[in-house]
Amino acid sequence: MNAGFSIGSVAAPHTASTLNDKTHPLRTHEIMTLSHYAIAFLCALGLANTTFAGPRDALLERYAMTAKAAEPAFAGFSANRGEALHRTEHAKGKADTPACTSCHGPNVRAAGRTRSGKPIEPMAISVSPERYLDTAKVEKWFKRNCDEVLGRECTPREKGDWLAYMTSQ
Amino acid sequence: MNLPVRSIAAALLVIGLTAAVLDKARAGGDDYFPPVTHKLTTDECGSCHMAFPPAMLPAASWRRMMNELDQHFGDNASVDAETAASITRYLVANAADTGGRTYGRKLIRGVSNGAAPQRITELPKWVHEHDEVSPREWKQKDVGSKANCPACHVDAQLGYFEDD
Ligand code: HEC
Ligand code: HEC
Ligand code: HEC
Repeated sequence: MNAGFSIGSVAAPHTASTLNDKTHPLRTHEIMTLSHYAIAFLCALGLANTTFAGPRDALLERYAMTAKAAEPAFAGFSANRGEALHRTEHAKGKADTPACTSCHGPNVRAAGRTRSGKPIEPMAISVSPERYLDTAKVEKWFKRNCDEVLGRECTPREKGDWLAYMTSQ
Repeated sequence: MNLPVRSIAAALLVIGLTAAVLDKARAGGDDYFPPVTHKLTTDECGSCHMAFPPAMLPAASWRRMMNELDQHFGDNASVDAETAASITRYLVANAADTGGRTYGRKLIRGVSNGAAPQRITELPKWVHEHDEVSPREWKQKDVGSKANCPACHVDAQLGYFEDD
């Protein structure tokens, strides 16, 4: 993302073509194409940055309703409980992933890492505002990851607590 | 010339990058595997590890893998049936013995016809290419796993696996 951004911000199409008209006509075309991509990319980036929290709020709302139905005493989500869920070594799922932090790392504002070594973008909303907007994606990963760590699905309260923690960070 | 030095430098940088990319593409050879261009596949198969190029395994491998996603190297990577069908079509059409033949043929040398190996990192040719990589390099913290191609091949996501 950063590489794309810096190319985009420096490659002013006009400058590039002025420099090249006389020398390498063929490359001028390539540069123009590249600039177009860069511009398209920047536009996409702009859109992606104006995040719209609607779907995230709706999801939390839904978790709250199911949590309330399951426990009448439910009085809202707690970021503290969410943090505990995130950091505790549950060790009830797979041996190499006792906690959420096994992959997401101890610092929720920093990148994590899968067991195969691929980096995972930070989970905290403050640094990854585009997260938790695709409900199907959130549900899919809760299912997979709770199973990995807890050996069972997470309850709606746990999911809401965890999201409350990430939203507070 | 009244162009600011920075713009010139930037333009030169872009020319350089473009030329470098073109050079590599032209070189073709054993080290280029077209990266995944199918969005569903990138999304579903590129979050736990890089989305491996379809031309790295034969069609039979992808068919079998896509049928056993609930037990995928110890993980549950399952997706809904429609998504699975679409990904399977893409992988099978571009496999090392179908549409991706030009790129993948050599990598699957030594794999018998119809066999469905599940690991790229266990293909005889892959093992041979990595003979000289020392145990120390594999254990380095940022590698972690043989399947973490981009740790060593910095342009793996672009399809380039030259020795670098
Ligand atoms: C085995 C590694 C692993 C473990 C352990 C793990 N996760 Fe994840 N998680 C991932 C990966 C990989 C992704 C998808 C990559 C991405 O979205 O950047 C992900 C994504 C998610 C998402 C969806 C994010 C989004 O943008 O919609 C949620 C929610 C999530 N994880 C919650 C958890 C919780 C809760 C735990 C602990 C109970 C946990 N994870 C433990 C690997 C892991
Ligand atoms: C939930 C995480 C997860 C998802 C999603 C996932 N994989 Fe994997 N995959 C793994 C793990 C774990 C391994 C074993 C990696 C290792 O040994 O480091 C693996 C290994 C592989 C390998 C073999 C790598 C080697 O060693 O040569 C292939 C090929 C592969 N996956 C393809 C896919 C495809 C295709 C999809 C999408 C349908 C997919 N994966 C989705 C977790 C995942
Ligand atoms: C620990 C570092 C490392 C990892 C991880 C790694 N490779 Fe390599 N790879 C190398 C090195 C070094 C060479 C060059 C070996 C030589 O020339 O002797 C190489 C060579 C290759 C070649 C042959 C290139 C050519 O020019 O013919 C291919 C193809 C390749 N790797 C693919 C992969 C794939 C696919 C993965 C992930 C599944 C991977 N590599 C993971 C280090 C690595």
